[in-house]
Amino acid sequence: MTGVYIQLNYIDLVLASVFLLLAGGLSVALKLGLEKSLGIAALRTVVQLTLIGLVLKILFQMASPWWTGLAAITMIALAGREASARQGLKLRDGWSYSIAATALLTSGAIVTTLALTTAIRPEPWYDPRFALPLLGMVLGNTLNGVSVGMERVTATLKREREAVEARLALGHTRREAVRPYVREALRAGLMHIINAMSAAGLISLPGMMTGQILAGVDPTEAVKYQILIMFLIAGSTAIGALMAVLAVSKRLSDDRDRLRLDRLKGEAR
Amino acid sequence: MLSVRNLKRLSIGPVDLDLAPGEIVALVGPSGMGKSLLMRAIADLDPNEGEATLNGQSRASMTAPEWRKQVMYVPAHSGWWADWVEPHFEGAMRSRVIELLQRLGLESTALGWPVANLSTGERQRLSLARALALNPKVLMLDEPTSGLDTDNAERAEALIRRHAAEGSGVLFVTHDAAQASRLGERVLRLKDGQLFDEPVTPQPHEAPS
Repeated sequence: MTGVYIQLNYIDLVLASVFLLLAGGLSVALKLGLEKSLGIAALRTVVQLTLIGLVLKILFQMASPWWTGLAAITMIALAGREASARQGLKLRDGWSYSIAATALLTSGAIVTTLALTTAIRPEPWYDPRFALPLLGMVLGNTLNGVSVGMERVTATLKREREAVEARLALGHTRREAVRPYVREALRAGLMHIINAMSAAGLISLPGMMTGQILAGVDPTEAVKYQILIMFLIAGSTAIGALMAVLAVSKRLSDDRDRLRLDRLKGEAR
Repeated sequence: MLSVRNLKRLSIGPVDLDLAPGEIVALVGPSGMGKSLLMRAIADLDPNEGEATLNGQSRASMTAPEWRKQVMYVPAHSGWWADWVEPHFEGAMRSRVIELLQRLGLESTALGWPVANLSTGERQRLSLARALALNPKVLMLDEPTSGLDTDNAERAEALIRRHAAEGSGVLFVTHDAAQASRLGERVLRLKDGQLFDEPVTPQPHEAPS
């Protein structure tokens, strides 16, 4: 620690909300109709973050591998639900959820566990003070890559149905027929993290690093942590998106090399 | 050569169908009766039940791509997966492709054309050429000349006849009764999910009116 950590009190938060109230006032004055959404979102932030703060405090105090594991599983399950809820076109019979959750579980768990046991090495390795924030950051970003990748591959296969079936009819395998769309979906899924890494430090100061600096950590130390996190996030996003996109393209075709858009429901966004 | 037994797909079937080498069979019936679905089912492009064999070899014993390379379906609306025409002819002999294009009234430079600029008729002829270039044993054509003018329709028919004369079987869908009896040696009507033989008056092979 090189700096001083300044504790906030509730008055500080109320002061910060002045600008939010201003935005709400503008919305009313200009008839934008956003004041209600803004208000609800702000309220959700307060309630959700307060609750998670309490939960984390309890989890940190218990430092139990079981409760930490349960929290991790809950986070992954919620992330899977979020990824599948973002899909305009869903796979029938809960496949969107299963694919998203499995991809998030595998990539998030592998990357986080590996980082905890080899790079950060807290004692014990599952120390919730390290494990849960790390998993949260990895999941939040992987979720983005997974849902964008899934959405893209589904929408393109539906849109390019004639092209895909033309290839199948000429005797191409399903793998050959869907390859360009899988590639495109992966590119879309990874764009977010590639942009984030490219812009880091120049255009944006990543949130975690900023947080550590605010908490008084030496900037060069905070930077090391941030690079580690960026690498973990990029790795997990790539693994997760690859798994999810391949699984969706497999589910949208079958072992007789047919395109199976009948396994979809809903409308493309 | 192609033998289909008890083929079922949604409202179609059970259907039996035989196609001899060199035979051209027309498939007719009102729109929405499932003529395209029947062809797709034979090509195994949709889930279906039933047996299909080619020269005694069963469909189930080969992979779907192996089957479709020999029993090829050409849809009414062609699909294109690359920006230019040429990549769509990958795997075919170039000299054969050029010859097919010429017989269909297309310039050999067509291979260098962008797909986005193709007219309906060009797309239709190119998709026929694309299939013929791979020399399938059975060709299933869905309204192969619906977007073509008289001259080009005649060229396409001549090419289809030549392909059959080389020993392939051809099944084609048409809404043109004259074409059905002109090109088809046999006419099948799909009605209420069943196939019926339609009496056909043989006509000399002449230009479509």
